[in-house]
Formats: sequence, structure tokens, C-alpha cells
Amino acid sequence: MDIEDLVEIAEKERASRKKHVIRCCLAAGCMASDSKGVKEALDKAVQEAGLQDQVEVRGVGCMKLCCQGPLVQVDTHESGATVQVGDDNQGPLYLKVTPESAPSLIATLTGGQTSLQRGNPKAPFFTEQAPIVLANSGIVDPERIESYIAAEGYQALHDVLREMTPKEVVDTMIASGLRGRGGAGYPTGLKWATVAKTPSQQKYIICNGDEGDPGAFMDRSVLESDPHCVLEGMAIAAYAVGANQGFIYVRAEYPLAISRLQTAIKQAKKLGLLGSGIFESPFTFNIDLRIGAGAFVCGEETALMASVEGLRGSPRPRPPFPAESGLWSWPTLINNVETFANVAPIMRKGAEWFASIGTEKCKGTKVFALAGKITNTGLIEVPMGTPLRKIVEVLGGGAPDGGRIKAVQTGGPSGGCIAAEELDTPVDYDSLAKLGSIMGSGGMIVMDEATQMVDVARFFMEFCMDESCGKCVPCRTGTVQMHSLLKKILAREATARDLQKLEELCDMVRHTSLCGLGQTAPNPILSTLRFFRNEYTALLKDDVHNGRNKNHPAPEPAPAPAAGPATGS
Amino acid sequence: MPGPSSVRFSDMIATLSRKKKNRLPQVLEHASGDKRFKILEVHIKKHQFKQDALIEVLHKAQELFGYLEDDLLLFIAYRLKLPTSRVYGVATFYHFFTLKPKGRHTCVVCMGTACYVKGADKVLAAVENKAGIKAGETTPDGELSLLTARCIGTCGIAPAVVYDGTVTPRQTPETALEHVKGWIKHGH
Repeated sequence: MDIEDLVEIAEKERASRKKHVIRCCLAAGCMASDSKGVKEALDKAVQEAGLQDQVEVRGVGCMKLCCQGPLVQVDTHESGATVQVGDDNQGPLYLKVTPESAPSLIATLTGGQTSLQRGNPKAPFFTEQAPIVLANSGIVDPERIESYIAAEGYQALHDVLREMTPKEVVDTMIASGLRGRGGAGYPTGLKWATVAKTPSQQKYIICNGDEGDPGAFMDRSVLESDPHCVLEGMAIAAYAVGANQGFIYVRAEYPLAISRLQTAIKQAKKLGLLGSGIFESPFTFNIDLRIGAGAFVCGEETALMASVEGLRGSPRPRPPFPAESGLWSWPTLINNVETFANVAPIMRKGAEWFASIGTEKCKGTKVFALAGKITNTGLIEVPMGTPLRKIVEVLGGGAPDGGRIKAVQTGGPSGGCIAAEELDTPVDYDSLAKLGSIMGSGGMIVMDEATQMVDVARFFMEFCMDESCGKCVPCRTGTVQMHSLLKKILAREATARDLQKLEELCDMVRHTSLCGLGQTAPNPILSTLRFFRNEYTALLKDDVHNGRNKNHPAPEPAPAPAAGPATGS
Repeated sequence: MPGPSSVRFSDMIATLSRKKKNRLPQVLEHASGDKRFKILEVHIKKHQFKQDALIEVLHKAQELFGYLEDDLLLFIAYRLKLPTSRVYGVATFYHFFTLKPKGRHTCVVCMGTACYVKGADKVLAAVENKAGIKAGETTPDGELSLLTARCIGTCGIAPAVVYDGTVTPRQTPETALEHVKGWIKHGH
């Protein structure tokens, strides 16, 4: 494989494009509403109408507006035009398509009518997005490498291998200002530089696809919709740091993502884009899949590495950091799926382009999974620093049925709830940390007035309690105690002293736990206490010992040091 | 990595097995009798008997047998030359592995945050009530296993329930009961 071969594949793929391309979403959300049946019915309807020469029905990845699935969009191009599929002249978007309605949808191509519900591709939900990671999502066929190559895929890898030194690649990453998309926001370029400069005969790359946060499905969508983009990013990273073996760790709960990755790896190997001597350079790189087995703690990098080694997923203290001593004690670069998906676009378009997007400290875009009590649930990608209000009200369309939004939960069980009053906060790592929440991997759950915040805190605490690996005491027993205190409050049996105890416990657990799971486990309590303290105090019963009444919830005379949850993590 | 201790441990199992007559023969008897052990062995071989492939092997074993019984874990420990404690430890650490047989049908209610705020708890309570079992249990006649999931990542269509492997969107207590109706005989 050299660049001529790559260009040839891309041109052949583009030339074979038919007049109409019907894109049918085949990501897990729409698949649950029988989009596979829709695609088969569309194929059949095209056959029956005798339009095989003009119409291609393409199974694609996530088309973002998951709540209206299955989604189908029709692109029409005059023959000979060089525009890409999915470019500006986006055709009609059909919502909630059923297999039965497929013939009428095909009939519209020849002037017929259909009763299918039409979506508006010019709605703010679509136009306000700035896709980089999701640029190919919903456009390329994730099961055909040719489709990705036609969208300029693997060109960045070629340019990197043939024209850049590993140091130049690392410098580009540093200049781009990309920060880790897994949640902590550590600068990616610096991480790469540390691994690159650690001398070692063996190094590893790990892609963290253990998206354990309930309510987050960005990594699933990226892996299902554009697996080659992640493979290309990993290969570039491997070249930059000097690794020759990579692992992708995916949750077992994502069977579709696993099978698409397997297909993608096979295809890339066949074309020589993985393996030895890639693009006729001395660079060798292989990728293996590792399937998780349902443990939230495995999203923590040291626990994840233990799991890759076939052990129980228990974290270990850092330092040493994985960059120095990771998988089997070799230096290991570990990044999130979305981080790797950003790499190829950065290499293709340059660090300056990437750095021009977003805020001063947080560059680029972020993918969020919008879910909960909101009109448009689905996947969005917006520049860093976009105000939360814009995401929820303009893109998300606000609460359904005229309800009022009460809070937005970000970061899953490690994050916090942001009250509606704070919706003008720009979304970036630092602003969210100031509010006692975290960016996390990008799950965003909208809650309305019907949601009781103490119950939400209990829900997350139950989660952390179950998922605690049990290695360190503060997390193992602290989460159990916090959970029982929350249950006591919900049963209206707790007093103000219990609330004080709960706050002290939060402080203890966050400062003494071994890994991120325990350190962030109190966040849901602290953030709901910060914004919705009245909901807690309303549930307290009279304290006979100091005569306090639930109707007069005066603060404790000596508030616990943990009462100020604003410190952020 | 195969530490020296693990090698000693597996030797010990072999010795133990030789001393206690019915232990090793039991494993080997399984290996020859049930074809699924052969398939599993091929899979282990594909991973070159590497000990770090333990989780992959357990996945395959559960796929073949439905659940991981003690004999099966012993067999895997023996083939990978791992201490049984390590195999048991890993199998019990991860939620995905189950050591008890599952029912003929499974109903997995997603309890991720998005599903929870949209009423997955009510869906679960309705099914629990109808089937007379709690989440994580199987009906006495072995027809239905009721399980919960952390998050299946289809939050856009919450609340989601997985019936026998088919993800079904936007469930309510009524639609869920309609689905599991045929699977419950002794409901009350």
C-alpha cells in the first residue's frame, strides 16, 4: 500500500457513487427501533422499483437525533458532481421510518408522495453543531474501509509516517492544545511526550473504550460510526511514542461496537494499514481488542490495565504513571476513544486550525450525549465553551411538554448536578469543576421538576457502592455508609446531625480514596447539597437532642469543613 | 504475566487432583464428553494458552455454557495453568459473568441515569411484582431471569429494556408486562 493505491481506492469509491444515496442509521439506538429491517426493506424497494443503477442504500453510523429513530436521509447529486455525500445540499430527513413505509420513501425519488414524518436538517440541533470527531458519523459506511478512505481517511497516517518525525507529531499535538476527552482533561500532547521520551524496548498504546458512566454513549457512537478514525488515531500515536502494539478496551455491553471494530481491524490489516511496514515505512503496529466484563472501575486507567492483563480490575496507586510503568510494567500511552478520534483531523488540518476552535484553555470540540427529560435526545458535538443553556435550550429544544428544567447532570456518578440558574456557564473542564461537577466523558442528563435530587444522589451512591472494587477502605465502606445515610434521609428518619455526618463522610472519602472512583464518588451529594440543600433539610425530622425543627432548618452552628463543596476536583 | 507463584499453584492443583481421585478425572471426563469443552479448548489455543487471555476465555465459556459452573472454572484454571483462586476471583469480580444458570428468557431493564429519570424503576417494579422475583433472580420454573444493566448506551430511547437480547425502546410498565406475559406462569 502506498499513497497512489490509497488515492485510487478513494477515487474509485467516489466515482462509483450513484445519483441518490439513501443513508439509513445503523447505530445501536436506531437498531433498537428496527432500522436493520428498514434498510432491508429499502434495499428491496429499490430492487422492485428497478432503481439499482441510480440509488444506493447505505448503512451508516449515528445520525445524532436518536429520539426520532430510525432515521433515513436522502442525498441527491447530479452525476459528475464532485461533492461528498452529506455535503451542504442535504436532502430530506425522514423520522421514525418503518419497514412498511420503505416503498413510499423510494417512490418519492420518482415524484411520489410519502406520509412519513419529515425532519428539518436545518434545525438548530444540526446547524449549531461543529463536528470534528463526528464528521464522518452518519455519512460513511462504518463496515467498509473504502468509504472511510474516500472521506480522506488514512491520508493523515501516510503523511505522518512519510513526512514527519515522531517528535514533530508530538509537537503538533502539544500545539493543538487537545486535552484528554476521558474526563480529567490532561493535555494529550504532554502525555505523548512523556511516553515518547521514556526509553524502553517495548511500549503499548491503549484506547479506553470502557464507557461506564450511565447516561453516556459518545464512545459507543464513535466506535460504531467511524471505527477507522480511532484506528488511524491510534496508529499515529503509536508512531509518535514508539509503540508497536495497541489494545482497544471495549465494554461487553456494546456488541455492535465490538463487531464493527473487529471488521475494521480485519479490513485495515488486509490493506496493509495495520501490521508491518505500513505505507512502506519501517513502522509496525498491531491492534488487539479486549472486551470488558462489566466493571465501572475499569475506566480508571490502572484498573483498566489490570483488566487487559486478565486480572481483577483493581486500581493501584500512582505514581508510577502508566506513561512510565503501565501494561506489564512497560511504558503505556492510554487515551480515550474521543481523544484518538481527534488525532487524524488534527494531523490533516493542522494544529492551528484545531487551536482556533474552543476557548483559550480548552481547544476543539466536545461530544455530548444528551438524554433525560429533554426534547431532542441524541448526540451533539459543539465547540468547547458553548454555554450550557445553548446546549439544553437551543440544541436540545428544552424540556418536553412545556416542563421546566431543574438541573443538568454531567459526568455521570463522578460528576454533579448543575442547577438551572447556572445554565449560562460555558462548558469546559475548568468552569464545570468550579461548579463542583466535572466534564466527564460527556454524558449530559437533563432533569425536570419531577426529579427529586436526594433520590438522584442516592441513585449515584448506590452505583458507586456496587462498583467500588473494595481495594481501599474509604471507598469500600464510605460509599456504603453514605448510601445508608441517604436512604435514612429519604425515609424521613434522619436528623440534622446525620446530614452533618454525611458531609463529613463526603470530605473523608474524597480525600483518602485510592482512585478516581472513590475520590469523585461524593460529588453527586456535594453538588446537590450545594444547589438543592432545601430538599435535604425538608426531609429531616426533628432532632430531639438539640430541639431543631425541620421547618426551621437553621444551619449547623459549626458547619463541617466539607460544607464548601466548591473546591472542585 | 506468569509469576513463579502461579506456576507452583497450578502444580499443586495437579498434585491435589492426582491425590484426590475424583477431581482431575472429573475435569478430563468433561473435556472428552462435552463438545463445548473442545470448542473452548480451541479458543484457548487460539490465545496461545496465554494467561492474560483469561477474561476472553471466560467470555467464550459463558457464551458456550450460559453460565460458569465450578467444573468449568476448574477446567479453565487447569488449561491456563492458573490458580483456581485467581480464576474464581476474576469470574466473581466482573458483573458480566454469572455463576448461576440463567432462565430460558431474560429481561434486562436498563437502570442507567437517563432510563432512571424516565421511570425505569417503575418498569422494573412492575415486572418484579408480576413475576414475584427480585432483580437478579430467576423464576423457580427457570423461565425468566430478571436482570438490571448499568447502562446499555441507548439513552436516546430511554427507558430501554432488553428482552432476550433485543433492545426495545421507550418502555412503560404496561408495555413491559405485555412483553413478559407469556414467560411468567406462576406470576401473581
